[in-house]
Amino acid sequence: MNPIISDQGISRREWLKLGVYGAAGMAAAHAGVTPSVIKKPAKSVIQIWMWGGPSHLDTFDPKPDAGRDYIGPFTKPLATNVDGMRIGEMLPSLAKQADKYSIIQSMTHGNNGHETAAYIVQTGRQPDRLSWPGLGAIVSSFKGYDNGYKGLIPPYVVLTTTQGRFSECGFLGPKYKPFATGGDPAQTRFAVEGVVSEGISDERQRRRRDLLHRIDTLGRAMPAELHFHELDKCEDQAYELILGDSRKIFDLSQEKDDLRDRYGRNTFGQSCLMARRLVEQGVPYVTINYKGWDTHKQHFETMRRQLPVLDAGFATLLQDLSDRGLLESTVVWWGGEFGRTPKILWEAPWNGGRGHFGNCFCSVLAGGGFTGGHVVGASDSTGSNVVERPVHPNDLLGSICERMGIDPEGPLPNPLGQDLKVMPGGMPGFEGGKGRLKEIM
Amino acid sequence: MRRTLHHLCLIGVFVSLFNGLQGAEKSRISPYEVDDFAVASGKIDDLVFGSLRKAGLTPARPCSDEVFVRRVFLDVLGMLPEAGEARAFLQDKRSDKRMVLIDSLLARDEYVDYWSMKWCDLLRVKSEFPINLWPNAVQAYERWIRDALGSNMPYDRMARELLTSSGSNFRVPQVNFFRAVQGRGPQPVSDAVALTFMGSRIEKWPEDRRRGIESLFSRLKYKPTAEWKEEVVCLDPAPTGPLETILPDGRKVKVSPGDDPRVAFANWLMEPGNRWFSRAAVNRTWAWVFGRGIVHEADDIRVDNPPCVAGLLEYLEKEFVENGYDQKKLLRLILSSRVYQLSPVPSCDDPRAEAMFASYPVRRLEAEVLQDALCQLTGTVEGYDSPIPEPFTRIPASARSVNLADASITSSFLEMFGRSQRDSGMLMERNNRVSSAQRLYLLNSSQIQSKIERSWRLKTLVRDHRGGVADLVSAIWMEVLSRSPLPEELRAVVAEGIPSKSGNKEMIDDLVWALINSKEFLYRH
Repeated sequence: MNPIISDQGISRREWLKLGVYGAAGMAAAHAGVTPSVIKKPAKSVIQIWMWGGPSHLDTFDPKPDAGRDYIGPFTKPLATNVDGMRIGEMLPSLAKQADKYSIIQSMTHGNNGHETAAYIVQTGRQPDRLSWPGLGAIVSSFKGYDNGYKGLIPPYVVLTTTQGRFSECGFLGPKYKPFATGGDPAQTRFAVEGVVSEGISDERQRRRRDLLHRIDTLGRAMPAELHFHELDKCEDQAYELILGDSRKIFDLSQEKDDLRDRYGRNTFGQSCLMARRLVEQGVPYVTINYKGWDTHKQHFETMRRQLPVLDAGFATLLQDLSDRGLLESTVVWWGGEFGRTPKILWEAPWNGGRGHFGNCFCSVLAGGGFTGGHVVGASDSTGSNVVERPVHPNDLLGSICERMGIDPEGPLPNPLGQDLKVMPGGMPGFEGGKGRLKEIM
Repeated sequence: MRRTLHHLCLIGVFVSLFNGLQGAEKSRISPYEVDDFAVASGKIDDLVFGSLRKAGLTPARPCSDEVFVRRVFLDVLGMLPEAGEARAFLQDKRSDKRMVLIDSLLARDEYVDYWSMKWCDLLRVKSEFPINLWPNAVQAYERWIRDALGSNMPYDRMARELLTSSGSNFRVPQVNFFRAVQGRGPQPVSDAVALTFMGSRIEKWPEDRRRGIESLFSRLKYKPTAEWKEEVVCLDPAPTGPLETILPDGRKVKVSPGDDPRVAFANWLMEPGNRWFSRAAVNRTWAWVFGRGIVHEADDIRVDNPPCVAGLLEYLEKEFVENGYDQKKLLRLILSSRVYQLSPVPSCDDPRAEAMFASYPVRRLEAEVLQDALCQLTGTVEGYDSPIPEPFTRIPASARSVNLADASITSSFLEMFGRSQRDSGMLMERNNRVSSAQRLYLLNSSQIQSKIERSWRLKTLVRDHRGGVADLVSAIWMEVLSRSPLPEELRAVVAEGIPSKSGNKEMIDDLVWALINSKEFLYRH
């Protein structure tokens, strides 16, 4: 059986057994204090966004006994380096990293539409009159330029394209939108849009900027115009990136070949590596927008092709973060907008496909003070329903907020001038949950 | 060899030009204004200049013809004048040429394109989350809006149709007004009604008034049909009895069974003497032209948010009603004022001046307008399509970005530059602030660079001006900024004009790059 954690949280004995918090953690456990009180807040979040909705049965919630109509060819889940914890057979590298992450097998929101579900999972809200910001924009607001972040790299970066139909910043406004890198980190040169331009030398950059200033006739006629001051400030920031040292962060050739190979020489693998480099520089929120999981048709062929890519990138990211001492301060959150129908659609035109499934799916959390090696909640024998400890998106996001030192119950400053809260528990549409993930915090 | 010769010739012209200009330059005011005082010529000017005088403030000078032609194209059509159009206007010697231009622009199809975009923001035209009109209804709704503007439908008729229609969302496009809200209850519907037709935010109303308007929209029903995503908006066929409630002004109203309470609301809204309706409309049109309302924000009209210029709303309302709610006439009245034709360069630095319209306020071009301007200048196109949801939407490459009917169609450019999400219909949903990401994109993205490098229009210009570099530079200036370069600007280009190894095309590209990154290009002024 999976080591499902009881509602009361982890016993003192288990804390001691885990031994991950050293003397201080044990002391806290002895004193009956919740260990999370003494953990340092995390500094960054890496969100691996599985756009389209990954199958939970074929990844982190295997059901070997459910029969061919549910699991198809994937009948042999892998044991992991944590006793009793098993994951899908296509994820062997991740099986060796299970002590670093916990799996939530009881995610639920019940919505099967991409846009709405993506909104619910990333804002923690059911749709209402307001267009709420996603977690990245919230972190960007609390940990970005408004609150002491000084980096030239924007505080919220998405690799490599934005999600489009989902407004990441909501009512917080475009200032909190992610910076989308564009380009492809798997290419020889990662042409980050606007930062790294092909074929324009630094000398030409300087020369044409000088020309721009010489012909700034309107700016000179209106020296007090505040809009223009703002534009000038943005220009300065832009050129610090275009011509300064910060752009080197995007130069992946500075990494060892061997490490780059282990991440995988593909867009996802190199995006994981890029994400590590970004959090190393203090960027508080990085999204890897990983497309291609909306597998209505020929699902298993796609899984055989894509899961090894996911496995190498994700597992190497965890190992690399851990090797560099960054895992403690970096939350890694893996998941999509929903799971996929447990029952396989063998008939044409699907030919072995899986549909959208918001009733029961899984997410993975690692690092940033979340305990690894645990499974939270449980689904039934076919992965169709949550049977233990339902976790709603706002519980998951509220937990990440809490680990980032952002009070989920606290006020959310907003340009609407309204009295709004960050990510409170027990919101309409999410009744009946058991709240934030104290058992792994 | 030929190229080198060409370069030498290029330098020669620059140098002679440079020498000729030295000393010839007189002290002069900026190219954006006329050396004159702003003199009132109509009631709008009397009211605005009067209130400025009372506050001890001086209005800016009148704007130059160069500024006017660019401004009025951008404000009426949402596009740049072609160089030929700008030149023709500048050379026109008639004293009434500005009115002639205003009238000719108001008659053009691009006026309908651009002002439809504003109306689609307001009426929340969007196929997907959180509005969820779905593509078929988006097309029908947007087409109706375009037709209403194209035929210059009187505003009171437009409003009455939106407020009281019933039927299928595909066949009676107006009913989509009641579907283009987040939710289906009377509360989101009355929020939208008050915001759209009264310029008022319902959450600031007293409880009883809020309940009153909600009850007037409480008998709507939404029925699905056998057709995919078709929905019939109609009145509840089984009313329980007469509806007794209160109108937004507190008066009691009784609606008999079988009567449509929406009609009672529309009658109240449009009855003579009810200022809510016409005031919201004229204030919003003013805000669409000047970037801010006479009451600001333009959709937050309430007793404790006074207008910045006394008497101006009343005057515009009176004209609007007397002209039969004619929207083009209202726009024409505003555009023909001296206030609209002021220079952007302020004459005083008092912080109150801008809110009192003492100068024309500079604003960054909206996302769609900027994209269209970049395409127009470079002769390139942007393709848009929408693979989900079904039915697929394909937009012809020749269509302008302002023509995009559906705010759900993904475009990272339009999102980066703050197009309206169309989630609430509030004017603030469109965001024209600048950001570092926008700046990076314009200064250094491959998209901008390749638009310039690929531009057949630029290549044609170069080909047509082989003889004189000064002519070429002037022609580029006219294309991008709708005016000729100043002597000092020509000199600046001369100083830059040392040919680099890769040839003068690179130099020309960089000049175009600098001009489209200039404040004068990026901001309407």
